[in-house]
Amino acid sequence: MKITLLDYGAGNVASVERALQRLGAQSQRTTTPECIANAQALLLPGVGHFETLMRALDDRKLRAPLLDAIRRGVPFLGICLGLQALYAASDEAPGLSGLQLLPGRVRALPSVVKLPHMGWNRLLAKRKSVLLEGVDADAFFYFAHTYAATDASQETVSACNYGTEFVAVLEKDNICAVQFHPEKSGEAGAQVLRNFLRLCA
Amino acid sequence: MSLARRIIPCLDVDGGRVVKGVNFVGLRDAGDPAALAARYNAEGADELVVLDIAASRDYRPTFLETIRRVAAELAIPLTAGGGIRSVEDARSVLRAGADKITLNTAAVARPELISETSLEFGAQAVVLAIDVKRVEDEWMVIVRGGREPANREAVAWAKQGVERGAGEILVTSMGQDGMQTGFDAALTVAISSAVSVPVIASGGAKLPAHFAEIFTNGRADAALAASIFHDSVQSIRELKHFLSARGILVRLPC
Repeated sequence: MKITLLDYGAGNVASVERALQRLGAQSQRTTTPECIANAQALLLPGVGHFETLMRALDDRKLRAPLLDAIRRGVPFLGICLGLQALYAASDEAPGLSGLQLLPGRVRALPSVVKLPHMGWNRLLAKRKSVLLEGVDADAFFYFAHTYAATDASQETVSACNYGTEFVAVLEKDNICAVQFHPEKSGEAGAQVLRNFLRLCA
Repeated sequence: MSLARRIIPCLDVDGGRVVKGVNFVGLRDAGDPAALAARYNAEGADELVVLDIAASRDYRPTFLETIRRVAAELAIPLTAGGGIRSVEDARSVLRAGADKITLNTAAVARPELISETSLEFGAQAVVLAIDVKRVEDEWMVIVRGGREPANREAVAWAKQGVERGAGEILVTSMGQDGMQTGFDAALTVAISSAVSVPVIASGGAKLPAHFAEIFTNGRADAALAASIFHDSVQSIRELKHFLSARGILVRLPC
């Protein structure tokens, strides 16, 4: 089993790669539709702007093969912006459509708190989670974002509260996504990646 | 609200080695950056900062190699800076494995650099580092590694930096740096109250009580220190237990 990492130029692919390596997983970067079509497992890392990500996916003609693969049941993990991309749209780039695999919008966190939401925060469990198996309920994860999915839905397995409640972990069939950075979240983050690898096996 | 206060060790590097000094001078060798990074990662550091203090000289390839070596040891975020003058400089530092960059002297010279890097990589990747010296009753910005006054007032500069897209402010009190008499809480609280982004306090830490004070009275979101961690004067693990026992929320290492 090899994890295919979408490298669209902006994401922090290298740190995700290193984290997977530490867990003994094989991975390859891709920028081509063909590689996505043949992927056994997909990981969409993300930092930066919603617009940069969606435009990069469209410019490289990756949107359709990515959606096809996810609909075929290929295990998928979205990280940070890779979670936000699953929704219909984001207020960070109002004119652009997201992958539209989930209803709802990504919105800016309220400015009553310091933004970006930067640092280690805890989760609020909503239901049983595969990604969080073996993770302490009070474990901290590293977040670095200003926008978030604030429309909670049945896919939400864990939320986080910072100014408002937002989706921290979601699982829907073969789709998994986390708003925090598991590759930067020490041992708790490594356990989340281990759980995803188990799903892919 | 369960956002933990962060403890951030800082590696000042010169030509591939960690160095340390008092008030930015009198540098001496303090070890291998990758080895220290591995130790801090294991001890429960929340992030790591690596600063190229030889940035004005021709050390870029060495520094990028240091970032690669350090990043390979970390399962926590890495911030790197020193001598970043352009979007392309920033890109090479991020590509080498850093999650965030710090801007300092070049941002004072050309504040547009903050907006350019923020637009390109996101505000969460841009830390504005401000070195501050008390001059009469004002906090003034100092640049070029603590050598040159910038004729800017620190709180106003921090506000401008945030307006231009900085996602975090790293404020170093030059009067306190290396003195180990405690952080400058008055400076930190002035900046923390003036901006809407997280503030990292730096300069002067020695005792666990100094950290407790900067997180409460200083309203810092994170605290950075160098030599007390390198010399094992203060273990990060014990420091976090000390803070936790005083009701300050920190991520306790397992």
